[in-house]
Amino acid sequence: MNKIEVRQVYKVFGAQEKAGLALALQGLGKDKVLYQTSCTLALQDVTLSIPAGQVFVIMGLSGSGKSTLIRLFNGLIRPSAGEILLDGQDVARLDARGLRELRRHKVSMVFQGFGLLPHKTTLENAAFALLTRGEPKDKALEAGRLWLDRVGLKGYEAKYPDELSGGMRQRVGLARALAADPEVLLMDEAFSALDPLIRTDMQDQLLQLQKDLHKTIIFVTHDLDEALRIGNQIAILYHGRLVQVGSPQEILTRPANDYVRRFVEKRAGQPQAAPAEGPASG
Amino acid sequence: MFINISFAPVETAFREFVSHYGFIFDAIKGVLLQVFLVPLEDALRGAPPWLILLGVGLIAYHATRHWLPPLFYVLCLYLVGCFGLWDKLMSTTALMLVSTAICVVFGIPIGILISRSNWLRAIALPILDVMQTMPSFVYLIPMIFLWGVGQVSAIFAIVVYAIPPLIRLTDLGIRQVDREVVEAATSFGTTPWQLLLNVQLPLARPSIMAGINQTVMMALAMVVLATLIGARGLGETVNQGIANLEIGTGLQGGVAIVLLAIVIDRITQAYGMDARQRRQRLLKGGSFANFQRTTGEKA
Ligand SMILES: Nc1ncnc2c1ncn2[C@@H]1O[C@H](COP(=O)(O)OP(=O)(O)OP(=O)(O)O)[C@@H](O)[C@H]1O
Ligand SMILES: [Mg+2]
Repeated sequence: MNKIEVRQVYKVFGAQEKAGLALALQGLGKDKVLYQTSCTLALQDVTLSIPAGQVFVIMGLSGSGKSTLIRLFNGLIRPSAGEILLDGQDVARLDARGLRELRRHKVSMVFQGFGLLPHKTTLENAAFALLTRGEPKDKALEAGRLWLDRVGLKGYEAKYPDELSGGMRQRVGLARALAADPEVLLMDEAFSALDPLIRTDMQDQLLQLQKDLHKTIIFVTHDLDEALRIGNQIAILYHGRLVQVGSPQEILTRPANDYVRRFVEKRAGQPQAAPAEGPASG
Repeated sequence: MFINISFAPVETAFREFVSHYGFIFDAIKGVLLQVFLVPLEDALRGAPPWLILLGVGLIAYHATRHWLPPLFYVLCLYLVGCFGLWDKLMSTTALMLVSTAICVVFGIPIGILISRSNWLRAIALPILDVMQTMPSFVYLIPMIFLWGVGQVSAIFAIVVYAIPPLIRLTDLGIRQVDREVVEAATSFGTTPWQLLLNVQLPLARPSIMAGINQTVMMALAMVVLATLIGARGLGETVNQGIANLEIGTGLQGGVAIVLLAIVIDRITQAYGMDARQRRQRLLKGGSFANFQRTTGEKA
């Protein structure tokens, strides 16, 4: 059963969204749309099915539209055209209240720069989602404490984000997202800002948690090693278009085009599967 | 060569307006005077000076979490008393508090509104520019039309002059809040009010407090001018010095205003730090440790 269906989604950024969309619908590419309307075509004709309970990775170089795509799932960005069906309900058509309900109960997000509230303690941050949706304070804090414990931050409840290391901060981000007990977890380059060792730790921890939780996780990265390591399925974006969707094995053995092949070869050229790709290569 | 352009009709129109709607301004005047300014001024002037000094000391301690600075501020105000200007100091303080309160009550909401819309901001900024650059005497005249010579005109003249920085810094503070933090909060389903109260305002706080600080300072700067249209207080002493060419008197009034300015400046600046920074200063004993901690973090 598919949790999410993305159907023919387009996203055009810029003042002339309509004109840009019209061109994109005719099949003109990102360059042409930019040239003719000075609008950025961030997503073009994207159609995807995301099964429930899996880690679904979205990969691509910088500017390929990964962040735009993942933000469609919780309505932080609205598509210019197309449908995003979550359990059959079109997220693109929800009003402000509907979106709020969706974000409070169904979909949580983890951010590359953590996005923690600097003036709140670790515990208050972890409980943020529950406090926001109006649960009693003691219950919310209790749940926050539980999740901090689960991500290995017991004893850090009273610290503030700026007193923690990057890895610890992202654990708070993870605890905050999981405390809401969402069905879908969105992670936009959640581990990209961390150094390689911590990053592997975090990947392990995520996989460990996922063993019990079976959430639908959508994970954005520009690092193929990370994608292969944690993804059940990988989708590859290029200039806003989807160029391949498949299992890690399929991506490695049957790259759909040169773009994907370059990703794979770059990795094959490395001595080991270690996450040694230069930082922020995207 | 020049065609004749006169703003005199503005005056006729304004008189017409006042004669019809004067009751509104009378009502504002009544409330402002009877409910706020007069009781406050009476209370400040009636209270024993030691009580006021103690109060200032405690507020300063609450703001700074140190004992030495409050002592210094209390000494500053004590000195004004030694000049024989205690009564006038209290009048000026009352005037300034009421003006500042009005600035805060209107300035912060206006700043919040402006921060939410680019076109509102595009309209408001030039108006604020005009308010800040227009010579104060120009708007003192219509104030006198509306409220006559007296404290109320003085208050509004001060508000016009002192409110722009607060509006600007509230707007700026909210716009400068980290976009990812706002996005993250939104992604957990905050209502616009939750976002404002739990995220944007707390994070804009240093900027807003800097705005309040500026507003108070500008209000004090207007105190001398405000006595020209009937405000009581330290400005009177300065004006008396000017009128009678008494250098000593003028200087005493001037120094008294500066001392008051120092005290208020320091206290409002200290409140610009958030509660956590202040608590840490208390725990770690001194701003130096705090300074080290923050710089160490960045290194
Ligand atoms: N708010 C916006 N306004 C205008 N253009 C935007 C906006 N957000 C994204 N874009 C453009 O859309 C395209 C896709 O951006 P997106 O952020 O989705 O890329 P990405 O794959 O996440 O890249 P990165 O790896 O750098 O994060 C880019 O060309 C970008 O410049
Ligand atoms: Mg991105």
